[in-house]
Amino acid sequence: MLTLKCPYCGVDADETDLHAGGEAHLKREGPGASDDAFEDYLFMRENPKGVHFERWRHAYGCGKWFLAARCTTTLQVFGTYPAQTLEPPQDIKDAISAQRPGWSWGNFK
Amino acid sequence: MKRYSAFAIAREAMRQHTGWDHAWAKPAPKKKYDVIIVGAGGHGLATAYYLGKNFGITNVAVLEKGWLGGGNTGRNTTIIRSNYLQDPSAAIYEKARSLYETMSQDLNYNVMFSPRGVIMLAQTQHEIRGYRRTAQANALQGVKTEWIGPQRVKELCPIMNIDGPRYPVLGGLYQERGGTARHDAVAWGYARACSDMGMDIIQQCEVTGVRKENGKVVGVDTSKGPIDCDKLGMVVAGHAGVMAQMAGFRLPLESVALQALVSEPIKPCMDVVVMANTVHGYMSQSDKGEMVIGGGTDAFNNYTQRGSFHHIEETVRALVETFPMISRLKMLRQWGGIVDVTGDRSPILSKTPVDGVFVNCGWGTGGFKAIPGSGWAMAELMAKGQSPLTDEFSMFRFREGKFIDESVAAGVAH
Ligand SMILES: Cc1cc2nc3c(=O)[nH]c(=O)nc-3n(C[C@H](O)[C@H](O)[C@H](O)COP(=O)(O)OP(=O)(O)OC[C@H]3O[C@@H](n4cnc5c(N)ncnc54)[C@H](O)[C@@H]3O)c2cc1C
Ligand SMILES: [Zn+2]
Repeated sequence: MLTLKCPYCGVDADETDLHAGGEAHLKREGPGASDDAFEDYLFMRENPKGVHFERWRHAYGCGKWFLAARCTTTLQVFGTYPAQTLEPPQDIKDAISAQRPGWSWGNFK
Repeated sequence: MKRYSAFAIAREAMRQHTGWDHAWAKPAPKKKYDVIIVGAGGHGLATAYYLGKNFGITNVAVLEKGWLGGGNTGRNTTIIRSNYLQDPSAAIYEKARSLYETMSQDLNYNVMFSPRGVIMLAQTQHEIRGYRRTAQANALQGVKTEWIGPQRVKELCPIMNIDGPRYPVLGGLYQERGGTARHDAVAWGYARACSDMGMDIIQQCEVTGVRKENGKVVGVDTSKGPIDCDKLGMVVAGHAGVMAQMAGFRLPLESVALQALVSEPIKPCMDVVVMANTVHGYMSQSDKGEMVIGGGTDAFNNYTQRGSFHHIEETVRALVETFPMISRLKMLRQWGGIVDVTGDRSPILSKTPVDGVFVNCGWGTGGFKAIPGSGWAMAELMAKGQSPLTDEFSMFRFREGKFIDESVAAGVAH
């Protein structure tokens, strides 16, 4: 079973305590955005075989949203961090680079 | 190709079965093909087959990174039905279902199509309304389905407990000519027919890159070297996103694990397929006697072909209430496949931003039933640039807000 550490309450939460929320770091588009940008935001998804960033909610714990860096081919977890971040923190990026040198995801690497 | 027949079996019995041919050839790749199809699952092979059969295009290669039929086509629970709500879905799924009726004869390969009937149970008031509406829609679409009451459900499937307690059976949407087929045989039958038309099915050949010139596809890179082509069809289900990335565009879908399991074989006890969407479980009995069980997908992106155990537990827990007799069964095997799920739970059969590249994906949890119709339509799209069956399934429909909303169709069950 997938286990993620909730960055708020520090609990190692099992998958059954969590709610998966899809791709992380989506840039919210609004009025005035181009059709391309809006389509991208609403429908297009990163769907990588490898390093991935996702939103999760500690549904049956503290109830808060957080973000996780994970590998979709091994289910290895690189780390979790609070939702109020626009970009993965450096220590998470370093943890990924140590395991998956040369990784990239969206605009991050 | 030597035809399979009762006579052929008798003939071979007389000579120690020394006269059987290989069902398909194992060629090395040529330098160039008119059309390359990536993915030798049911949809890729059916696309190749109808390119040859309906359009005379036979300079075709089907490239497969593993073995043919080893993806979701060989991992699914084989439910075939066409009782969808929206017109474009009804058109393509009913085309497929009707092709299944004669597939064994058409391919000279026994795909064991068994139109034993499919019941989708209504276990909430909401489902009663939903399925009644679908039955009306199906009547207008010319798809034969009917709304049946709980007593009729019980007659069709006596092992069912219709009295709840938590989710009593309130009725069901019944499609008499829905059913199951042998999944491997569908892939094998198409492969044999394609090979017979002179097409090359190349296994253990992974596509690793898409080569373009001036915005148009010119070939692919593979683990067996570069191969040129004029047109490229990407039919790789769970790997659609990975292939799209190679070609330089994104798709509106995500890949998640879907699991199934079978019990030990028991005597025949259920000759209809039952789906219970409120509780996320469905079941049928295979010809070997195993109870074939499936449920919902996992929630997170995954390429491991392994799912989370608690989903199995949920599915079985739900089914035990409705089918109390299965509580004593031992489960034999459990497995997963990676399914590609779109926002509106409908597939994508489409041109792409790259000239000459076509994509067929997004069948998600429910594309086995669609294989012949999808291949038929995809072949027309690739040969002519347009097909009435694929018009509404463009990858650009999201941008235009023209969803084909079938969240009841593929999001939960099959
Ligand atoms: C557990 C489970 C139960 C299901 N139950 C049902 C059901 O009851 N009814 C129903 O209608 N549908 C069901 N489905 C869905 C159905 O299995 C799929 O929609 C369908 O099989 C998809 O067929 P396909 O040919 O598109 O994909 P696949 O059969 O997965 O074929 C795609 C092929 O592409 C190959 N490939 C991928 N990447 C590359 C590459 N780079 N190079 C070369 N080859 C590549 C793969 O190896 C694979 O063989 C179920 C699915 C699962 C997992
Ligand atoms: Zn928490």
